[in-house]
Amino acid sequence: MATYNTSEFRKGLKVQLDGEPYLMIECFFVKPGKGQALYKCKLKNLIRNTVLDRTYKSGDTIEAADIEEIDAQFLYRQGDHFVFMDNNSFEQYELTKDQVDEAWKYLKEGMPCTMMLFNGKPISVTPPNHVVLKVEYCEPGARGNTATNVTKPCTVETGAEITVPAFVEMGDLIKVDTRTGEYIERVKAE
Amino acid sequence: MSLGRTANGFRPTARWEILRLRAELLRTIRQFFEERGFLEVETPVLSADTVVDRHLDPFWTVDVDSVADITPHTQRYFLQTSPEFGMKRLLAAGSPGAIYQITRVFRRGEIGPLHNPEFTMVEWYRVGDNLETGIGLLGELCQALFHRGVPRIQTYREAFAAFVGLDPHLASVVELRQTAERMQVAYPATLSLDDRDGWLDLLWSEKVQPHLGRQEPVIICDYPASQAALAIVREGSPEVAERFELFVDGIELANGYHELRDPQELRRRIATANAQRIKDGKAPLPVTNRLLAAMEAGLPPCVGVAMGFDRVVMLRAGAKCIRDVLAFPFDRA
Repeated sequence: MATYNTSEFRKGLKVQLDGEPYLMIECFFVKPGKGQALYKCKLKNLIRNTVLDRTYKSGDTIEAADIEEIDAQFLYRQGDHFVFMDNNSFEQYELTKDQVDEAWKYLKEGMPCTMMLFNGKPISVTPPNHVVLKVEYCEPGARGNTATNVTKPCTVETGAEITVPAFVEMGDLIKVDTRTGEYIERVKAE
Repeated sequence: MSLGRTANGFRPTARWEILRLRAELLRTIRQFFEERGFLEVETPVLSADTVVDRHLDPFWTVDVDSVADITPHTQRYFLQTSPEFGMKRLLAAGSPGAIYQITRVFRRGEIGPLHNPEFTMVEWYRVGDNLETGIGLLGELCQALFHRGVPRIQTYREAFAAFVGLDPHLASVVELRQTAERMQVAYPATLSLDDRDGWLDLLWSEKVQPHLGRQEPVIICDYPASQAALAIVREGSPEVAERFELFVDGIELANGYHELRDPQELRRRIATANAQRIKDGKAPLPVTNRLLAAMEAGLPPCVGVAMGFDRVVMLRAGAKCIRDVLAFPFDRA
């Protein structure tokens, strides 16, 4: 099994602790002039999204995680299962609602995604940064009110609720930032 | 690593006003020492000798033609981790009693917000100084650089007791570990219970140092004897190292010793440091050097201090990262 030595520690490293994959989201080097060097790390669990504080001293090692990111597309949803296909091998993967996490809000059939595999098994999926979704339901807005600071909830085609400006109407297509869940703009149908 | 070989990788990471501040502070330091009759000296950056310290890793170089087949007999030259050896050799050889140097030093693996593997060190020695007068001179330089008053002087024991609530000289390793746990200090799983200094360093770095010098600068003195490095150990109960450090805004700026002069003791400390290096999985460093010969000939009683110049610039500029005060940090060097 490959390992990383403290001298290789840096943000973005994918490592394995107690059999689970972690992303090094911070690594801070501290050293008294005449003393022990310490590497203070923040590690994010790639399955559960929890964050651990771990401190290492120079010469320590962490096991590398076998993490692969592949291009996939979303095929369909069946109850609490989401089915994806590897764009290169055409292999199909089934993810649970927990694994898909917030991404379910943006998944439309055929949508390209990045899927993360740990030891060859899918653990998470990331939709494109921006997706266009159709508004299925919302309260009618005040006509002519173009202010963006007056907002209301709307339900989009995936079933998710998105906060939009009051002027958005049913049937509109809206662009959403999947990293924040925020409305960006209304777009015209192609 | 990209080594900065991107389109913009040739550019400095420091703003021009900070590079101008560097030049201004170098002038301030030279003027400070000239006014006090110090002689500016230069000693080799590249040397066959090197300081042997458990936690300092030098870069070593070989002739480019011998890279292909390095043997234990290949002549190695070390990039200095401090100008200590060269300057003490000058003192032992009868140089004027007050000398200073501003030079580049190199420490492998040290990269972080306060560390760059190559950095600028200001180092000075004055013959005849004792702990008190040596601390006094450091305090004067601190005042000339920061105008924040004369540093407060505190012992390692007082500072440790104030922020950790333990006596660093008497607490057992188990007590140190329990305190780390109680104070929720994340510690390396590999930090062993026979490494007392490792536990002291951990609590010091995490729970003491960040508080030091927040108002007026602070000079900490009387370090544990086990952390003497090249300082005299003063007898007493407990015995302590005549070593001192300056802290400003939680940042370690300078380290000084009432200098060890006994070559036999230096040999013992080199052997101890090398034994620890081997235990830590590091290469041992040469046990003989010209400093030992100089100490055999006689090093006059003196105090020596090393100050990290880049951190002085950081504090004066309000910079959070050493990259902001260097023209070209290591990944762009």
